[in-house]
Amino acid sequence: MSDGTIARFENVGLRYGLGPEVLQDITFQLSPGEFHFLVGESGAGKSSLLKLLYLALTPSRGLISLFGRDIATMPRADLPALRRQIGVVFQEFKLLSHLSTFDNVALPLRVAGVKEADINRHVSELLEWVGLQDHMKARPPTLSGGQQQRVSIARAVIARPKLLLADEPTGNVDDRMALRLMHLLEELNRLGTTIVVATHNMALVDRLGYPVLRLDSGRLTTKPGSGNKSAGREWRESRESVAAQVRARRRKADEDDADAVDPPGIENFL
Amino acid sequence: MLGIKRSDLPLDTDAHSRFLPWLIAFMVFLAVLALGGILVLGATAARWDQGVGGTLTVQIAATENPETDQRNLQEVLNVIAATSAIERYEVIAEERMMSLLAPWLGDGAVAADLPLPKLIDVGLDEDAQFDMTAFITALQLRVPEATVDDHRVWLKRLVELIRTVELIAMAVLLFICLATTGTVIFTTRTGLAVHREAIEVLHLIGAQDSYIAGQFAGRAMLLGLKGGLIGMALGLPALAAVGFLAEGLEGAALPNLAFGPVEWLMFIAIPLAVAFLAMATARATVLRSLARML
Repeated sequence: MSDGTIARFENVGLRYGLGPEVLQDITFQLSPGEFHFLVGESGAGKSSLLKLLYLALTPSRGLISLFGRDIATMPRADLPALRRQIGVVFQEFKLLSHLSTFDNVALPLRVAGVKEADINRHVSELLEWVGLQDHMKARPPTLSGGQQQRVSIARAVIARPKLLLADEPTGNVDDRMALRLMHLLEELNRLGTTIVVATHNMALVDRLGYPVLRLDSGRLTTKPGSGNKSAGREWRESRESVAAQVRARRRKADEDDADAVDPPGIENFL
Repeated sequence: MLGIKRSDLPLDTDAHSRFLPWLIAFMVFLAVLALGGILVLGATAARWDQGVGGTLTVQIAATENPETDQRNLQEVLNVIAATSAIERYEVIAEERMMSLLAPWLGDGAVAADLPLPKLIDVGLDEDAQFDMTAFITALQLRVPEATVDDHRVWLKRLVELIRTVELIAMAVLLFICLATTGTVIFTTRTGLAVHREAIEVLHLIGAQDSYIAGQFAGRAMLLGLKGGLIGMALGLPALAAVGFLAEGLEGAALPNLAFGPVEWLMFIAIPLAVAFLAMATARATVLRSLARML
């Protein structure tokens, strides 16, 4: 059933209602463990492309398959299971303002029916990890933009998705914070999560050197990254919390000298 | 509370959370009264049906000759005795007739001089076939003065009337159910609209439709139960008050308001049924609405 690809687009077009096509002839493929930037002018269709990837929209034409399954022929009842393997950092966060930081981050696990004891452990660890342990009970409206962004990222990664999509995750923070957030995503990428980051921040794109998907008036052009840092990492099943997995990976990396040039990890994140 | 799982949607702060229980309370109040009516009327109709079915009165008009009267009575009693479907009969004593008439005529001697008819109270065997026409024919052949007063005709009409009122009460109950369903549907739709963004987030992070619907359904059940209990708390005293006042009118052919355990269980079932109805309605409404999302 699955050929190992995370996502495959073939000649995908998208139009809203009877309007013009905002995306045309999009063809690309995401392989496990890849890290891509998605760039383009405002209105070039970045958010629309991400919405297709996180199943908020269906294409007007063309074929989209996620995790090896054609979404057009998939029964609607199977979609939630698919969505749970996709983490999304929304541009406008979409945090639930009546829930605490803790409950917001816990939401993907609750929805998936994880036991409360496990939820408590995983969420506490992750919030500590992104430096929000003192704000667990705070409601999103009382947090700063940067803090809300971190809650949003924590919610996206808590269930350790196979595919992480981030729409302008550095839009509300200064350059230093932006770089830190990107390092967080890199850590997740090293655990095998495929990542697509839509951004305007070209300095960041150049600095990190991952392959770039460029949208120009709804058409896609690709450009290989300057480095080849993220080729073919494998996503492995694990019952550990995300935080624990990153710690384990970093311990291993410390023992293994070849990997010692890793950029600073989550522990020095904040 | 009540084993309802925690909610991801701020449904408890919605305006409809405040007014829905009261709307439901009013409807449950009406439902309690309607059910009370149905039970009372049903019991009354059944009682009358039974009491009436088996009795009739034979009346023999007095002639001027007491001997003829005596003979007529004997003839009638013979006919009655010969009819197998008649279980029992009783000639109503003169003194009892006098006492029945006393309020109109006084106790004086006037009444004693009146040519009073003879009355015979006849009880029929419920199980046996009774041919009324043949009985009347046989009677009048021998005693032209004899007439038969069949209670069954007018009581049948009365029972029919009661049954009709009972049906109307059942229709009222049905309309109350429909109105409750409609109210829950519209408040749920409002809730869906108000929480559209939160629902979208739940949806996009992989919540099953049933998970989202469960939150609304759980909430609706609580509100339904709350409204149901308020409504019952208002309705039962009202019913009890009617019963108390009716008891004051002793003797009248008034319905019996004393309910048995089965009836009480039916009243207790109303709030539970309303809570369940609200829950099922909310669930169905949300599922239908979500089915339109990708």
